[in-house]
Amino acid sequence: MITIENLRKSYGKLQVLNDVSVTFDAGKVVSVIGPNGAGKTTVSKCILGMVLPDSGDIRINGESVLNKHAYRSQIGYMPQIGKYPENMKIRQVIEMIRDIRKDVKEVDEELIGLYGLKDMYDKRMGSLSGGTKQKVSAALAFMFNPQILILDEPTAGLDPISAEILKSKILKEKKKGKLILITSHIMSEVEEVADEVLCLVDGQVKFHETIKSIKAQANEERLSRAIAKIMNGED
Amino acid sequence: MSKIIKYVFYDIVKNRIVLAYTLFLLLLSIGLFNLGGSPDKALLSLLNLVLLTVPLISIVFATTHFYNSYEFIELLVAQPINRKKIFMSEYLGVACSLSGAFVLGVGVPVLVFGASTTGLYLVLTGVFITFIFVAMAFLASVITRDKAKGIGIALLLWFYFALIYDGIVLFILYSFADYPLEKATLALTALNPIDLGRIIVLLNLDVSALMGYTGALYKSILGSLWGIGLAFGLLLLWIIVPVMGSRRIFSRRDL
Repeated sequence: MITIENLRKSYGKLQVLNDVSVTFDAGKVVSVIGPNGAGKTTVSKCILGMVLPDSGDIRINGESVLNKHAYRSQIGYMPQIGKYPENMKIRQVIEMIRDIRKDVKEVDEELIGLYGLKDMYDKRMGSLSGGTKQKVSAALAFMFNPQILILDEPTAGLDPISAEILKSKILKEKKKGKLILITSHIMSEVEEVADEVLCLVDGQVKFHETIKSIKAQANEERLSRAIAKIMNGED
Repeated sequence: MSKIIKYVFYDIVKNRIVLAYTLFLLLLSIGLFNLGGSPDKALLSLLNLVLLTVPLISIVFATTHFYNSYEFIELLVAQPINRKKIFMSEYLGVACSLSGAFVLGVGVPVLVFGASTTGLYLVLTGVFITFIFVAMAFLASVITRDKAKGIGIALLLWFYFALIYDGIVLFILYSFADYPLEKATLALTALNPIDLGRIIVLLNLDVSALMGYTGALYKSILGSLWGIGLAFGLLLLWIIVPVMGSRRIFSRRDL
């Protein structure tokens, strides 16, 4: 569904992505892991067209998406730190995005309901806590039934109950045949929802395997240990 | 695109600065027209004040607005909207609301107290100057990510066009006073939108008789309809070049 070929990106002298090539298939939950600054967020921002790569190509369903915009109707994005106009109320933000995406007939309001956002509709975005902003981001990402979901550290900042709601939503959407990319540091969570793990280190793909084969390779029951073993073993 | 402009408008209207700007212009123009003397005199004083304040307020307001709407822009770029459209909506939203404030604050008093062709040129010039300096503000804002730097560049641009440039022109005229400089001054004028606007209005007032040979040349070239068209065409160019330049930079930049 998404094919990334030889993606390179540098910010000044810092090489953030160094020749990343990877393919993601529909109906899978892929977890992107790696140390801080490994380029996880940059990869997702490249797919979204927010960061323009120096070279390489990104294709969705066979079509290159560089310098295009219409393809973003198939993507729901939940940023790591949601930034919203401080003066707007939750209601206005949601209504604005919906107004812009008027072409979408079926609107998925499940998360708005589960998170009780309607009770907070008249609060200003600037006055919300980080966790509540995350809930708004999540609700917006899932709202238009996108085929691809990119969630950047979705549960960081969410309380356990809200995180649980989000996880079950992720699994539900996966069953509908959607591709879901999650960057995360929490291994237990990765083990719970993901099918595949993509590990980035210093802007390069360290490995991209299913969870099963990672565990088999390392001969470990727990994913966190298995990954630690693989990483240390090669160093 | 009109949808996005609508939200930019909302945001600006909620911000009281534009309202204060309108009231300031309104008080200024009504005050000047009621100070006595002929409407022409009032227009002249108004012209000088407008050419100093409108660029300053436009450029500072637009720069701060651009940096403050960064979150809004980031929210929109993840949606299926062309980046160029987002940029143009921001530009048109800011430029149109500031022009609206100008037309209300200056245009209405001019219509009431001194409706004339000169008055019309004054209002038109003001609108053009607003569009030009909002464009420059956006250029300054896309060049750097740092808000303080951006506002610094914007203020420098204003300093240059409103104050320094005239100094340079005077210096050139003084140093080369022995040579025929009529054509050169004409060209120099075209390089500064504020001067261009000033001359468009001045030539329609009787004071142009006091401007000597250069004034006569200006009058012969810019006094005609063709010349006025050319001058406004140049002003239009002053809008298009920075807008296109900054749009290009914006659409090729990481967010």
